[in-house]
Amino acid sequence: MSVLTERAQNLIEEFELFDDWMDRYQHVIDLGKELAPIDESFRSSDYRIHGCQSQVWLQPGQEGANVQFRADSDAQITKGLIAILLRVVNDAPAHEVAGTDLAFLDQLELKEHLSPTRKNGLDAMIKQIRLYAGAMAARSSQSS
Amino acid sequence: MTEDGELDIEEFPILLNARTRLVALVHVSNSLGTINPVRRIITDAHGLGVPVLLDGAQATPHAPVNVQELDVDFYCLSSHKMFGPTGVGVLYGKAEHLEAMPPWQGGGDMIEEVSFTGTTFNEIPHKFEAGTPNIAGVIGMAAAADYLETLGWSWIKKQEQDLLGYATTQLSGIEGLRIIGTAPKKAAVLSFLVGATHPYDVGSVLDRLGIAVRTGHHCTQPLMKQYGIPGTVRASFAFYNTRPEIDRLAEGLRRAAQMLA
Repeated sequence: MSVLTERAQNLIEEFELFDDWMDRYQHVIDLGKELAPIDESFRSSDYRIHGCQSQVWLQPGQEGANVQFRADSDAQITKGLIAILLRVVNDAPAHEVAGTDLAFLDQLELKEHLSPTRKNGLDAMIKQIRLYAGAMAARSSQSS
Repeated sequence: MTEDGELDIEEFPILLNARTRLVALVHVSNSLGTINPVRRIITDAHGLGVPVLLDGAQATPHAPVNVQELDVDFYCLSSHKMFGPTGVGVLYGKAEHLEAMPPWQGGGDMIEEVSFTGTTFNEIPHKFEAGTPNIAGVIGMAAAADYLETLGWSWIKKQEQDLLGYATTQLSGIEGLRIIGTAPKKAAVLSFLVGATHPYDVGSVLDRLGIAVRTGHHCTQPLMKQYGIPGTVRASFAFYNTRPEIDRLAEGLRRAAQMLA
């Protein structure tokens, strides 16, 4: 089992502990509050994810072969969803992140409650994370 | 614009000059609900020979509009905002303007005669109606308009103003709730923010509770910028809404505020 699948599985089990949607939402919101802040210089249009109704900024980073993203949003539920994504991908090898579809969010019983615009925003975030990861993996393989 | 969401009407004539080709504005603000003083604007603009276009998409579901009495040059509206089918609407224009305007699209029925030496276009309105029209859509829209007429405008207005007044009172009682747009003359639209929460977060919680609101900048970013806010949550009422529904909205907002605190 890859590290990403294992982490996703843990998250799914974590979310199964909640009986109703309100508690699941609350957990998402709380996860967002724990997200590490991004550097102010990344809060610019260059790092903004388009396709979100709220504003989302993604700060790419790398530690060795592993990705290390930071992100922020002006909306709490959005920020929580990013926190969930980053919990799965951060400290994982860039080539794995680039090569995984990250569809585990479907199983958190959250996505059905997301509006189409929010789902688009989430897909845009995943796409951007995988694009960065792909570039990082390519750079690592060139330098090694 | 004033803080309560009214157009600063004293400033308006100063903005017009010899280069003004057209004054285009909303009859009723989709973001704030403000009913604009269109008679005065039309009079001022006409005084300087400037034609006026009113976007009545948010006005026609709530009140009768008499374009001739308003003396407006162009008036447009959407069928789906007044309970008709989607993808169809109305653009009214004074004959003198429509005669002067060239067709914007070519196709069947908009041409009177074609030869190698020249083309004569059909008469208005046909010269603007290229190709096969949206027949079903137009018939559906007429049925919706008839339906509104059957209900009666005075009843619709009474019903909606009652809901707006009730909602304004109920929502004002929620801690931290701020109504955006408090003009004395408003259609049944209530835009607001809850404390420091993002409109989208509030909308997501309400959505989950089965309450449909619109969130975001409502395609009026300059207005949001003026208020210094990312957007609003907007509840729109029609004659079919009820006071118990507004109670549920207030209750939902209290829950959302609690979750997002």
